[in-house]
Amino acid sequence: MSLLNINNLSVILETNKGPARAVRNLSFRLEKGETLGIVGESGCGKSMAALALMGLLPERSKTEGQIKLDGQNLLEKDDQEMCQIRGNRLAMIFQEPMTSLNPVHTVGNQIMEPLRLHRNMSESDAKVETLRLLDRVGIPNPQARFDNYPHQLSGGQRQRVMIAIALSCQPDVLIADEPTTALDVTIQDQILDLIQTLVREEGMSLILISHDLGVISENTDNILVMYGGAAVETGKTEQIFDELIHPYTQGLFAAMPKLGRAKNRRLVTIPGTVPDLISMPMGCTFTDRCPLATEVCQNTPPPVVEVKSKHFVACHHLDEARDRKTEELFS
Amino acid sequence: MTTESHPVPVLEVHDLVRHYRLPRESLFAEPGHVYALNGVTFEIQKGKSFGIVGESGCGKSTLARNVMALEDTDSGSVKILGKEVIGLSFDQLRPLRRHFQMVFQDPYGSLDPHHNVGRIVAEPLAALGAISKAERESRVSTVLQSVGLKPQDVSKYPHEFSGGQRQRIAIARALITHPELIVADEPVSALDVSVQAQVLNLLKDLQDEFGVTYMFISHDLAVVEYLCDEVAVMYLGEIVEKGQTADLFSTPAHPYTRILLDAVPKPGSGRKRERIKLEGNVTGQTERRMGCAFQDRCPMAKDICHKVKPPLNSVGEAHLAACHFSDEVMQKAKSATL
Repeated sequence: MSLLNINNLSVILETNKGPARAVRNLSFRLEKGETLGIVGESGCGKSMAALALMGLLPERSKTEGQIKLDGQNLLEKDDQEMCQIRGNRLAMIFQEPMTSLNPVHTVGNQIMEPLRLHRNMSESDAKVETLRLLDRVGIPNPQARFDNYPHQLSGGQRQRVMIAIALSCQPDVLIADEPTTALDVTIQDQILDLIQTLVREEGMSLILISHDLGVISENTDNILVMYGGAAVETGKTEQIFDELIHPYTQGLFAAMPKLGRAKNRRLVTIPGTVPDLISMPMGCTFTDRCPLATEVCQNTPPPVVEVKSKHFVACHHLDEARDRKTEELFS
Repeated sequence: MTTESHPVPVLEVHDLVRHYRLPRESLFAEPGHVYALNGVTFEIQKGKSFGIVGESGCGKSTLARNVMALEDTDSGSVKILGKEVIGLSFDQLRPLRRHFQMVFQDPYGSLDPHHNVGRIVAEPLAALGAISKAERESRVSTVLQSVGLKPQDVSKYPHEFSGGQRQRIAIARALITHPELIVADEPVSALDVSVQAQVLNLLKDLQDEFGVTYMFISHDLAVVEYLCDEVAVMYLGEIVEKGQTADLFSTPAHPYTRILLDAVPKPGSGRKRERIKLEGNVTGQTERRMGCAFQDRCPMAKDICHKVKPPLNSVGEAHLAACHFSDEVMQKAKSATL
C-alpha cells in the first residue's frame, strides 16, 4: 500500500462569479521515500492540491474524492484530528519565507512551538532540539540565531528556518510549494541540496511543487504535470524528459529559454494565456490553447492512457501529439 | 554627428558610483554606507541588447535607477546619445526622457489601477509637449497594435488584463515616445513560462522593427542568453566580467560567472551534475575592503585576492574579467567543453 493515495480529488472554490474547479479528478500515489514533482503554471491547481492535502483550504471550498494517508481518508477527519496529522505526518514549506514566518516572534520560539505542542517537550528539551535543528539545516552559530527575528535573517536563512519548523516533528511527507522561487540561483542550489539531503537521511517522502522544469528535473523521481486543475501527464522523471508527449508539456518545455541554446532560434510560444478556472471547458482543460484541439476535446474529458510503463498521458489525440514535432505543433 | 567608424553609443556609463548612507547607530558614530555601485563602466551601441546579471543585492536595480536619472548619483557620468544626464535638473531632463524609457518588473504594481489603458500608455507623451488629441489617439492605437493588443483596449482598466498583457501595456507605454533606449528591470520575472516566451519574442520583434536598444536586467541567465548580445556580470556593485554573450557563457573567465552558470538547474538532464557549489550569500555591501569583492565566497581565493583588487582586464576579444586567475578559469571551461 502506498503511503499517500490520492483518488479522484477535486477542489471546488466558491467565488462571486460561481464555482471554480481548481483541482479536477486528480489521482496519484506517493510511496515512502519517493520524491514527486508537481509542475505547472500559475492557476494550474498545484498549490490548491497541496493545501487540500494539508487540510488548509480556504473556507468557501468543497472537496470531493479521497486523500488516503496509510489507508485513512484525510477528507473525513475533523479539525482536531487534522491538527494531529499536520506537522506530525505531513509538513509544508511555503514559497515566501518572509510572510510565512511570524515577524514578531524570534525564530527560536517559532521552531519551539511545534515541538512543545506536538511532541509535548519541556521548554528546556525543546530548546536543545531547536538548536540541533538549526544546526541540521545549516544555520551557522545556532546559539546566536536562536534569539533573532526573521527580518535579521537573509532570504535563504529564513527558508532554512522554515525547513527546520517543517522537520521538527519528523513528518512522513514533506510538501514544498515553490520553496526556492523567491531566492537567487546560488541560494536556490543550496536550499534544494539541503532538502534533498534531509529527505534522504530522514527517509521522508517529498512533494516538490514548482513552475521550473529545471528544478523539477534535477530533484525528483516522478513528475506530475498539471494544467487547469487536471493532471495532463505523469511518469518517471527521466522517461518524461526523454519523450514529452502531451502538447502542453511539449509547449511548456519549448517555451523555456535554456542555457546553451542557439540565440537566434525563436522561442516556441503557447498561444493565449492560462484560462480562468470558471470558464474552463468541460473536456480537456488545454482545449483553448491546444493546436490539436477538436470538438471532442471541448466536451469529453480525455482518456488517460499508459503509453509506457508508468508513463500516463491524458490526451484525445495521443498519436498525433507523439508524431508531430514541437516546432510544428506551435508554429 | 554620427560617423561610420565611431558611432555615438546610445548609452555610455562611466565610473558610476552610488553609496547610500545608513542611519547613525549612535550620536557620535560615523554613519555607515551601503556601497551599492562602485565605479561601473560600460557602453551600449545602437540596436544592441545589453544584459546585466547578478544575485539580489549586487546593485543591478540601483544601476537601472541611476541610468534612468531617477535618483541622485554620487559621481560618474551617464551619457545618453552622447548627452550627459547626470546633474541635470528635473526640467532639463523632461524633454530628454523621450529618448529613454523604463519597463518595470511587476506588471501589477507599475500600472495605475485608476487609469484606463489609453491614459496609461499616453502618459509619457507629456514629455513631448503639446500634441493634438487626434495625434495622441492615433499613436496610442498604433503602439498598442505593435505590442499585440487591440486598439479597442484603450478604454479598459489594468485589472481586466492578465500578467502578460499588462507587461505588454507597460512595454507599449515605454515605446510610445519612440525611445532609443529601453531599460527593462526584470521584465519577465513575474510571468509564467509560456507567457514569458511571448513577451521575450515581442521584445525581440520590437528591436528588429524599431531598432531600440535594451539594457536588460535579469537574474535568469537563460533569458539573458536568449535576448542579449552582450552581458555584464555584477557582484557587490562592480562589473566582474563583461563580454559577448556567446563568449562569456561558453568560456567564463570569472569564478562567479562559472558558479552562476552552474547553479541554473537544467531540465532534461534528470541527474545531478558535478559542479562547484557556492557557500553563503551576498554580504559585504556595507564595508570597504582590500582585495577582490568576491574573496569571501570564491573557491579559488588565494592570498593575493585578499590584498590586491584585480583590475578589469582584457581576456579575449571584447571580453573583460576582474580575476587574478581568469586564465585558469577559462582553461577549465575550455577543457570541460572538449
